[in-house]
Amino acid sequence: MAENSIPLPGSIDLAPARESGGTLLEWLHEWIVTVDHKRLGILYILYATFFLLVGGAEAVAIRIQLAFPLNHFLSAQVYNRFFTMHGTTMVFLVGMTFVFGFANYIIPLQIGARDMAFPRLNAFSFWVTAFGGLLLYYSFLGGGGLYGVGNAPDVGWFAYAPLTARAFSPGHAIDYWALALIVSGFGTVGTAINVIATVISMRCKGMTMMRLPLFSWLLLVVSGLTLVTITPLTAAQVMLVIDRYLGGHFFDTQAGGSAVVWMHFFWIFGHPEVYVLVLPAFAIANEVIPVFSRKAIFGYPAMVAASVGIAFVSLSVWAHHMFTIGMTSFSNTFFVLSTMLVGIPTGIKIFNWLATIWGGKIRFATPMLFCTAFLFQFLIAGLTGIMLAVAPWNWQLHNSYFVIAHFHYVLVGAIVFCIFAGFYYWYPKATGRMLSETLGKWHFWLFLIGFHITFDTMHFVGILGMPRSIYTYEPDRGWNTLNFVVSSGGIIQAIAVLIFGFNLVWSYFHGRVAGNDPWDAWTLEWNTTSPPPPYNFVQEPVVRSRRPLWDEKHPEDPDWGYEE
Amino acid sequence: MSAIPAIPPAYEGEWRTPYRGKVAMFGLIIGESAIFTIFVVAYIFYIGKSLSGPTPQQVLEVPIFITICLLSSSFTIMLAERALARNRLSGFAAWLGSTICLGLIFLGGTAIEWHELIFRDGLTISTNLFGTTYYSLVGLHATHVIIGLAMLSLVLVFALAGRMGEQHAERFAVLAMYWHFVDVVWVVVFTVVYIIGR
Amino acid sequence: MRRFRSFISNHRFCELPGRLALALLWLPGHGPQSTPSIMAPASTPAQEIHSLSYFVLSITGGIFIVVAGLLLYAIIKFRAKDSDSEPAQIYGSTQIELAWTVVPVLIVIVLFLTTARLIFAIQDAAEPPSALNVTVIGHQFWWEFRYPKFGIVTANELHVPLSSSQDPQPTFLSLLSADVDHSFWVPQLAGKTDLIPNHPNSTWINPLQPGMYVGQCAQFCGVQHALMLLRVYVDTPEQFAAWVRNQQLPAMQDPSVAAGRQVFETQACINCHTIQGTVATGRFGPDLTHLMSRQTLAAGAMANTPANLRQWIKDPDTFKSACLMPAMQLSDQQLDQVTAYLLTLR
Repeated sequence: MAENSIPLPGSIDLAPARESGGTLLEWLHEWIVTVDHKRLGILYILYATFFLLVGGAEAVAIRIQLAFPLNHFLSAQVYNRFFTMHGTTMVFLVGMTFVFGFANYIIPLQIGARDMAFPRLNAFSFWVTAFGGLLLYYSFLGGGGLYGVGNAPDVGWFAYAPLTARAFSPGHAIDYWALALIVSGFGTVGTAINVIATVISMRCKGMTMMRLPLFSWLLLVVSGLTLVTITPLTAAQVMLVIDRYLGGHFFDTQAGGSAVVWMHFFWIFGHPEVYVLVLPAFAIANEVIPVFSRKAIFGYPAMVAASVGIAFVSLSVWAHHMFTIGMTSFSNTFFVLSTMLVGIPTGIKIFNWLATIWGGKIRFATPMLFCTAFLFQFLIAGLTGIMLAVAPWNWQLHNSYFVIAHFHYVLVGAIVFCIFAGFYYWYPKATGRMLSETLGKWHFWLFLIGFHITFDTMHFVGILGMPRSIYTYEPDRGWNTLNFVVSSGGIIQAIAVLIFGFNLVWSYFHGRVAGNDPWDAWTLEWNTTSPPPPYNFVQEPVVRSRRPLWDEKHPEDPDWGYEE
Repeated sequence: MSAIPAIPPAYEGEWRTPYRGKVAMFGLIIGESAIFTIFVVAYIFYIGKSLSGPTPQQVLEVPIFITICLLSSSFTIMLAERALARNRLSGFAAWLGSTICLGLIFLGGTAIEWHELIFRDGLTISTNLFGTTYYSLVGLHATHVIIGLAMLSLVLVFALAGRMGEQHAERFAVLAMYWHFVDVVWVVVFTVVYIIGR
Repeated sequence: MRRFRSFISNHRFCELPGRLALALLWLPGHGPQSTPSIMAPASTPAQEIHSLSYFVLSITGGIFIVVAGLLLYAIIKFRAKDSDSEPAQIYGSTQIELAWTVVPVLIVIVLFLTTARLIFAIQDAAEPPSALNVTVIGHQFWWEFRYPKFGIVTANELHVPLSSSQDPQPTFLSLLSADVDHSFWVPQLAGKTDLIPNHPNSTWINPLQPGMYVGQCAQFCGVQHALMLLRVYVDTPEQFAAWVRNQQLPAMQDPSVAAGRQVFETQACINCHTIQGTVATGRFGPDLTHLMSRQTLAAGAMANTPANLRQWIKDPDTFKSACLMPAMQLSDQQLDQVTAYLLTLR
């Protein structure tokens, strides 16, 4: 049906017919010109899933190379490109796109809106981000030429100056890195602005800010944080391009410029960026854990305050990535304090989730399996983070495999686990079909086992002195067996992800029909069909509490009697 | 079990949310402010650190006139906003036109200043740290002025074609927010470059 | 000197758990080992960090046991046994939330104060007059070591004198870079400190057990970052004096390898390398005056054997592809001659 027809009252129970009739070309065209937040959300998520596989393949190649000392699977040059692209891909083309994909799909549904505030900006932002990613990968082809120059960037995802100067990185590898991220940064800022405007201006009647579902609240915070997080990176990359092409001296140490200034600018981006990536994971957990424990989230106002607090404090911790660069004792001490302080609201969230589960009736469907593992893993990640915040200990652990273990515990153990939970939770809403629980459980257990084999072990090889970013290592350093174990866990995780991919496709055609509300949940997205019609709701919803569907299902005991 | 409670109203009073255009522009301003902050920080950090070449004291002249022009344009755009809100369309076009003229004077003055710096004083973006940070920061601001002028000119064309009315006042206010932002940034850049840095 | 000695004795046994752990692990002494473990410290800064790490571990371990224990209990005890009714809905509790905010704040205060104390103690440690000064200059992909007091320049293998609490002889290192960022990391001796161009840094070690300690560059510096390895030889006073004396001598002049020396001096080798007492005064590559006093070549990439040396000169890419030494396109005879010459540079 045409996207702007007037919805008829009483048609709420009819799921719209799957778009049929019309050629393949017409179908493709619809998807390319769409401004519907649901379709754009799906495009973002498909894009992210594709690059998850690409980044994962890069990781598998890295781990094959490191499984044995002095291995020759990848040359030094190729390895350096792979670890750079793995990091850059996972952060920008997987992490950010999953965040905005989920945000796009779910927020308008949760707040009872018809679409995002700016649908065309939404489409523009997606395509610009997508183009940025393609530009990044074009570097594999676009280089070539002189031996050692051109080709994919090979300077680490953090691209420290002056290694990125023309003198040390001739060719175009760095330019692809900088330009691709500048371009996709425009898309990121566009979507962030869109989310903020949507959550603030498009809420349905009765949905005050303190009645927003926590997923939408946290994504509002994330979008605000993104605005002051991505932009410093854009600025720094523009400065880098000015250095490389216009003879600028921002990071030119020979002209009095400073390599340390790049570090500051990069980490002023880099640290809040990890909160941009992790807060949406919390957002997903905030939806899944209450529904599967059959209890309201414990301490909603505190969760909101903690999230806002985390966003602000996270802007003050960046130099804990720079404890070894020779800052003064006072500076180092300051960043130890700020880093430990940001751990407090973060840790408190774990207690709130624990209190939500406590006294509940937990159903361990696949989304909850992933969120349960998330709780343990995020606890460990937070604790290794505290260890890293202790600056003198950091002087040993920095740039070792301990740090890699820590941040993969956050990125995979917390974020990817929650993304999987989000998939299993909202796939029925988006497609009208349930994902297979059997395949889901295989996926979960294999991924859990593989994750722990790899990343638990990785902490120890860091403690034994193995630095990061090395394409090989000496056989007499005592790292051989541990590296082999780490690598084997990677293969198990890869198998799990392939099972997941299969599940996504198989269930689209053969999954159990989901209905509006397969999980017996309480937020507005479950109050419309699966998948929702293009206009989302026949009539604009009116809400009186944080859990409008709880109120409908429990008219004798509605939430509005209890919420302050 | 207690008796079924009476359903309270969804919200006391009329349900109003902020205008999304203003929220979005506010977001854009925050993001842009972060970008400018980084360039300003780089500028301040590198004051006095150039190893050679012209110094700010030697070559910079305080651009009072064009600053007054640019800041006045904030005033004229405010008058334009008011005129549009009251459907005084000829006044709107006039004040909008003045705003654009003042902005163009600012850009012209910047161009003249740069011409002198490059050809008389030999200061380019690659000369030294001062050159790099100066042209980057002032250039970034000038780029934002150009984008603003382009948008304002588009609106002027609509106005002269008789297509603007009071129903567009809210949207025009969003564009005016951007223009005010550009002016505020100039105040900061001016202070940092021509007062602190010299 | 007194400040330094009292620092060592005051900070040696910081905290009780650390003290116990140290009693178990320290008394036999951590000597040098081929695994550069941060848990096997052999020098004062590394030891202090090690003690602090045990303290932090005990706190984080405690937190883990409590919270994970509660989580585990909750997911077992509160599994759904029936789905007839919803459980009691609890929306929050200000007292509980206050409690679990205050306790973490207290923990943070304790951790922070302990950490701050050690930061100042290590970073701002006063340099005693007996300290040895070495300037470390990081290059892509090798280490340059200069001993200003002795007039010595060497590469990749650092020799320092043994220290002790009775007679401290720490080594204070100035850290500079000739090109990009590097990081000096020998885990058993100290935490790492970066070498950043145009940003001099410094660090210190106070090695208490003789032997050879391994480390490597810990800040990605380009294609062969992985093979920018590091060795620190902690010598007894006699060994150290002997080493210094040898390094101070100009290059050996053995007439039987004059042909090789001729090859060396007429090829571009002299543009990058220095051999004291010859026309070779290049600074881009390592000083070769006492090349044979080193155990390894190419910053630890391979053992210093005649075969390796010859192959290295013939084609460095065999060992360290894309490193900055070019293949010199020498003939076999030239290779034999120049290798024979370099083999005399003890």
